[in-house]
Amino acid sequence: MPPVLKLMMKNCLRNPLRTALTILGISVAIVAFTFLRTVLAAYYAGAEASAATRLVTRHKVSLFNVLPLSQKDRIAAVPGVTQVSYGMWYGGYYKDPGNFFAQMAIDPGYLDLYPEFILAPEAREQFGSEMQAAVIGRKLANRFGWKVGDRVPLTGTFYPNVEVVIRGIYSGRERNTDETAMFFRWSMLDETRNREGQVGWYLLGIDSPGSGSRVMDEVDSLFQNSTAPTHTETERDFNLSFVSMMGGVITVIRVASWIVIGIILLIMANIMAMAVRERTTEYGVLKTLGFRNGHLAGIVAGEALLLAFLGGVAGCLLGFAAIRAAGSVIEATMGQIFPVFELTLQTIAMAVGLAIAAGALAAIAPARRILSSSVAQSLRPID
Amino acid sequence: MATIPLAYNIRSLWRRKVTTLLTTAGVALAVGILLVVLMLAHGFRTALIESGSPENVIVLRASATSETSSAVSREDAAILKTLPEIARGEAGLLLFATETVAAVNLPRRGQPGRSSNVTVRGITPASVPLRRQVRLLDGRLPNPGTAEVLAGRNAARGFEGCEVGGTLQMGPQTWTVVGVFEAGGTAFESEIWGDSDLAIEAFGRGGYSSATFALADPALDFEPVKARIEGDKRLNLLVKRERDYYADTARNLTTFITIVGSILIVLFSFGAVLGAMITMYAFVEARTREIGTLRALGFRRRSILLSFLIESALLSLAGAAVAALPALLLQRLTFSTTNFDTFTDVTWHFRMSPVIFAQGFGFALLMGLLGGLLPAARAARLPIVGALRKA
Repeated sequence: MPPVLKLMMKNCLRNPLRTALTILGISVAIVAFTFLRTVLAAYYAGAEASAATRLVTRHKVSLFNVLPLSQKDRIAAVPGVTQVSYGMWYGGYYKDPGNFFAQMAIDPGYLDLYPEFILAPEAREQFGSEMQAAVIGRKLANRFGWKVGDRVPLTGTFYPNVEVVIRGIYSGRERNTDETAMFFRWSMLDETRNREGQVGWYLLGIDSPGSGSRVMDEVDSLFQNSTAPTHTETERDFNLSFVSMMGGVITVIRVASWIVIGIILLIMANIMAMAVRERTTEYGVLKTLGFRNGHLAGIVAGEALLLAFLGGVAGCLLGFAAIRAAGSVIEATMGQIFPVFELTLQTIAMAVGLAIAAGALAAIAPARRILSSSVAQSLRPID
Repeated sequence: MATIPLAYNIRSLWRRKVTTLLTTAGVALAVGILLVVLMLAHGFRTALIESGSPENVIVLRASATSETSSAVSREDAAILKTLPEIARGEAGLLLFATETVAAVNLPRRGQPGRSSNVTVRGITPASVPLRRQVRLLDGRLPNPGTAEVLAGRNAARGFEGCEVGGTLQMGPQTWTVVGVFEAGGTAFESEIWGDSDLAIEAFGRGGYSSATFALADPALDFEPVKARIEGDKRLNLLVKRERDYYADTARNLTTFITIVGSILIVLFSFGAVLGAMITMYAFVEARTREIGTLRALGFRRRSILLSFLIESALLSLAGAAVAALPALLLQRLTFSTTNFDTFTDVTWHFRMSPVIFAQGFGFALLMGLLGGLLPAARAARLPIVGALRKA
């Protein structure tokens, strides 16, 4: 091992308690960072899972306003639209108001627009033929222990109470597919509402992403002057609008995640400043022995980078375990907001990268101090 | 027991400026996060709870969890209006309002492409006198029966078209904003108020969303009125004190802020305690000879322990002081998000209170003592001769 590397390792280990505390401190900060970034990613999971060939048409005023079903055929006639389906937000709960999850009343064709839902063909068939049929996501099934064939009563907050029979449990083809939702038949809900023929939104399948903006304009201009003007957007923008409703929450989480990196920088800067101050005499000795300034600066920088790297890796391991443990609870209780709560490779790479960057930044001032001091100054101890 | 003078600690900290500064900054960040979370939660609770007045009662449909999911028919309202317990206000006005609450998706001001749902409240003449917090800031009150609206000051500031003279497209009508009001920092400031009957038409509703009235004798009348309405076979309604209603709609978001906030506070404070510990260990090591000298002068182990604990506490209290000033300034800022219970935007101020201020300093003190305890114990246990001999 070259002497410079050897000195660096020895320096790291000469105060094992301090080294351990430093690595622990950095790893706690990295846990906080990975947690916050995962929360952010979870907010955007819905937008990420969207397909470019799906559009959503809602009432222009807001999603609370309903649209007449009579618009369906006119939308279907717009060139480029391959399929039109529709859904309605039920907004009920199971037994207790605290048990909320997404419930959507849909027309059976809706499921065809979601090829990423893996669902048994017979479940699809039953959903099409049976009035009370419902399909639910895997995570939702696990949360309440529901199995195919179970009857589930739902209490409505806007609409009358309903009872559904679970006919299928779907899982997602993609990592970020929402597996926390329940779908049941729109016709059943419409029946309880005296066949008013109202839908919450239309889901449009289009032939290619390229025709998206033209289709949006054409659909909206159809109903511009009617009693129910529409607003059509891509599924991605539709999902992003829920993120933008979170407003300040997103900002605070983003800012906090950067503050965490600031804390790592402070810890590292403090450690390196203390280390260099304590070892000033040694650096003088090493210089008289013929070590160049570059060597000494390298020793300091190497120590900082090594500590930061170890802290970053330890933090990611801890963060992975913590997010895994918290993830299933969060997905179960807050699936409506965070359907997917998992640590991604991207977050890990970002965390380790930023920890190392903080280490490098923290080494600059101490290294400069070594470079600028003369041998005589160094040999005169300060502390 | 002779105590080591405080000046010793202060001078020691002053001598090692860089380390003192960096450690203080770490504690300041942790205290800062604590203050932000507490001020956010306090501001939100105050905004929502103060929205309700103690003498007011709100009537919703039986299974509704918020006004946006409620419905009260015109027939129901006619029955409610005859209750003898309803108070009268100035000029004999019956303090009974039937309101229509809906949401309209509006673009956020200055943030292109971003929008959120704003609460639109269709009001009747008693609505304003029922909310004594409401005060006109700019413009004038709308004329009843016209498509004129009042905007709460947060709605006016946060959304396009909500300023005086701005227009909003809701249903067949174009609505004009004729005034801006404030409401003592309550959730009403995030709303738009217009004519109730026109709102029913604009949002295609069959009736009102809720009925709100003031009781002449809030202490005595509430229970009998509640029992009478909820027991009436003709009505399928739910009666709540207005304050309880707003407290209920604050619950989910408060829980969310508390959970995310607690996780952040725990992680940040753990980091700050470690930072303080590293610094204090380094101080003890660097001052081993000084400690030996102090012991030789006759100071007891307990005095050494206390002295280092005080030093650590000073470091962290300085951190709290550094965090306190920006936190006070933070009160000028507002925070907006969607309340999950109503699915509409609500804006409120970060709000400081003496209790929160004290909690910040108490929290810092605790972090300092926790971080300083082990290093101080090491200092106290140093043998005199060995310490004095150290190079």
